[in-house]
Amino acid sequence: MTQLKSKGISLENLQVNFNEVHDGLNAQEAMEESNRCLYCYDAPCIKACPTSIDIPKFIKKIASGNLKGSAATIMSSNPVGATCARVCPTEELCEGACVLNHSTEPILIGDLQRFATDWAIKNEQLLFKPGEKNGMSIAVIGGGPAGLSTARELARFGYDVTIFEAAEEAGGLDTYGIVSFRLPQEISRWEVDQVEKLDVKIRTNTAVGADVSFEELSEQFDAIALTIGMGHVPMLGIPGEDLTGVHDAIDFVKETKSGPITDELLGRRVVVIGAGNTAIDAATCAARKGAEDVKIVYRRTRKEMTAYEFEYDFAKQDDVQFHWLTQPVEVIGNETGHVTHLKCVEMKLGAPDEDGRKRPEPVPESEFLMEADAVIKAIGQTRYTDLIESFGLDHEGGVVKVDPVTLKTSQSNVFAAGDVIFAKGQGEAMVVTAAQQGKEVAMAIHKQLSPTPTAAV
Amino acid sequence: MADLRLNLAGIESPNPFWLASAPPTNSGYQVQRAFEAGWGGAVWKTLGDPILNVSSRFAAVSYGGKRVAGFNNIELITDRPLEVNLKEIYETKKRFPDHAIIASLMVEPTQEKWHEIVKRVEDVGVDGLELNFGCPHGMAERGMGAASGQVPELVEKQTAWAKEVAQTPVIVKLTPNITDITFTAEAAVNGGADAVSMINTINSLAGVDLDSWDTVPNVAGKGAHGGYCGPAVKPIALNMVAECARHPKINVPISGMGGVSSWREAVEFMLMGATGVQVCTAAMHHGFSIVEDMIDGLDNYLDDKGLDSVMDLVGKSVEKYSDWGNLDLNHQVVAKINNDVCINCNKCHIACEDTSHQCIDMLKDDKGRDILKVREEDCVGCNLCSIVCPVDGAIDMVEYANGKPPMTWNERQAAIGATPSCNVDLIK
Repeated sequence: MTQLKSKGISLENLQVNFNEVHDGLNAQEAMEESNRCLYCYDAPCIKACPTSIDIPKFIKKIASGNLKGSAATIMSSNPVGATCARVCPTEELCEGACVLNHSTEPILIGDLQRFATDWAIKNEQLLFKPGEKNGMSIAVIGGGPAGLSTARELARFGYDVTIFEAAEEAGGLDTYGIVSFRLPQEISRWEVDQVEKLDVKIRTNTAVGADVSFEELSEQFDAIALTIGMGHVPMLGIPGEDLTGVHDAIDFVKETKSGPITDELLGRRVVVIGAGNTAIDAATCAARKGAEDVKIVYRRTRKEMTAYEFEYDFAKQDDVQFHWLTQPVEVIGNETGHVTHLKCVEMKLGAPDEDGRKRPEPVPESEFLMEADAVIKAIGQTRYTDLIESFGLDHEGGVVKVDPVTLKTSQSNVFAAGDVIFAKGQGEAMVVTAAQQGKEVAMAIHKQLSPTPTAAV
Repeated sequence: MADLRLNLAGIESPNPFWLASAPPTNSGYQVQRAFEAGWGGAVWKTLGDPILNVSSRFAAVSYGGKRVAGFNNIELITDRPLEVNLKEIYETKKRFPDHAIIASLMVEPTQEKWHEIVKRVEDVGVDGLELNFGCPHGMAERGMGAASGQVPELVEKQTAWAKEVAQTPVIVKLTPNITDITFTAEAAVNGGADAVSMINTINSLAGVDLDSWDTVPNVAGKGAHGGYCGPAVKPIALNMVAECARHPKINVPISGMGGVSSWREAVEFMLMGATGVQVCTAAMHHGFSIVEDMIDGLDNYLDDKGLDSVMDLVGKSVEKYSDWGNLDLNHQVVAKINNDVCINCNKCHIACEDTSHQCIDMLKDDKGRDILKVREEDCVGCNLCSIVCPVDGAIDMVEYANGKPPMTWNERQAAIGATPSCNVDLIK
């Protein structure tokens, strides 16, 4: 990810700003890079990968020209391995663990993973086969990375799997939530397609709880995997939040992935609230939609921001300005109800709070106005608490409680994985973690339903 | 999924990848680990009267920063008692009945010695025997290994001695340290060999230390020639396999080895006539697990080619290999430089200008940019420019239609002989 480079923004053709920024390796680069891999024994990169991809093995296969085998090695361990090749914070994971950090330069593992999976996408490879049907059926609620991973594994074990997906397409965050210039939609679609080709049924536009009841699923299926992820950005709880021009960052990004790029922000001023990776996504999307001035306001400092360093660097390349120690207190609009300003107050850091971070405190009489044609909220994600309660599952603040070993919820036929069990304070929720949890929950279900679990084919 | 099973002169293995007789097959522990990793067979490190080894033993050649381009060793045959090896062979075969275990053998060139060792190893249940007539160092000084293998009469005689008592297939492993390997291969066939294997290692000195002036490797400051193997020797080995494969009198299967590092070289060897391959250096460099990609890559390759069995590869390119005199003198290729792809390093120009046929010009295009252009009428199609070019796709060698009918050297000479007085159109 370190080589994520902005190529400059076009104001004439906004659509091109949403083309993937990083070109990936060409065949010659991939050959040279793969031959640089040491093929370590007991390699630390494998241990640093949440899905334990056998990285030296897939790289060796690139070097030998066995690209199908390479892609299969990757996708076998990680059903969303093509997405992860692009969005994983590799320098914190595999590349950070590469032994060559201690001698020369780490191997570009993410780029090599992309090279192999891109080959499989381009050559329309089907990498896996469904297992022999065992007569049991599983409902997977939510078709994001955790759900796809669960479904893929269960299909390989021989289960009849149906994914219930509320949105128009499956893929969740991978399809709708990660900016196109980092992850083109067709990558996620290919991963969905790979799962579908294992005879997994995907019922899109089907919200469990509305279009189909949870009880129905409980009766019809031998087990349920709950992989619904997280919801929208929460309310700021300040006046003016309902003005026209105030956006939810997740919806804002989703819109850029759901149709042609619109030009309503061309030449405008945009303020993004929050400094996580979603905030960066929203800010860079705004900049790429032609906004002239994009600011990120955050009530703490750069030290406390949760965005990855490479995300921060990327935003800087798109001329996003960061305003630290700045807390919005009111969104101000004009007579037509459209946002014009964001009223903020300066902050200072006080004593550490319960999660160890210094608590920001307002500086008295420091209020000031920031001009804004749009305000985008990116201060985290809400939980589907009501839904979880309607399913009758125990939870803690919307985080579904599961047995750490069996991954079973408070109901014996319901298992859960992904962001829906991702509790606060566990660091950053990553696609790769969701993928791994999907594998684990599939194995947990298999262990419960099959007395003698069989290996995947 | 293609059928990867191999049958070499009656020796069967689940796949065509065997470990060669060498340090990796020194013990039951190692061979069993190899079989667990997926190797289809193993040729046990050469059995004979235990020897004494020296320290150090190995050296490798790095080229341009790439390690183990070639590998050199001065280790001898097994240094463990025969009884210990036989016990471990027995145990390993019992644990892995479907994998091929071949005992490599080397004894003094007497009938009695050969009879004795063949009987003893066959008693523990090996699938075949490989007579080591190839080891170039140490043992050769005692009249064994390459010393035997360089004399066709000795190869034939010793093969015959082994065959007199052998119940299992006998493979004769040949040394490349000889002018023409087909002479010894034919001798092996005449002695009754069921198969031949090649190549053993090539006489070598890996290097000299520029500071101490010691040889690499050296034993207390003194060196002796070793045996060379690894990726660098593949072209030598491949040619020897091919020469034997197309030889009318060498009509036994060939086990190929010498620089096989991945499934790709295995395919090359098999196309050139080898029934399966043996591997050592690549395993010593990376461990036994490399066989996983060898199997997977070969399997995917066979699927791509629509082949059901790996045996379908064997010998498919042999007919394409011939004598120089059978090559078409009128066939012509020329270099084409793609200036869109070219990065202007000018290596092709200087290679051609200094060392080939001076036909690549450094010019400017109509916008004043540097370009390189081949004068096709002067290009002999030597390939040198495309060999030194660092960028894929910048230089293509394309066929040049010169309108001349095909004519080989042999055809030309025959035409001259047949028409001493006629005025035929000959190539000057």
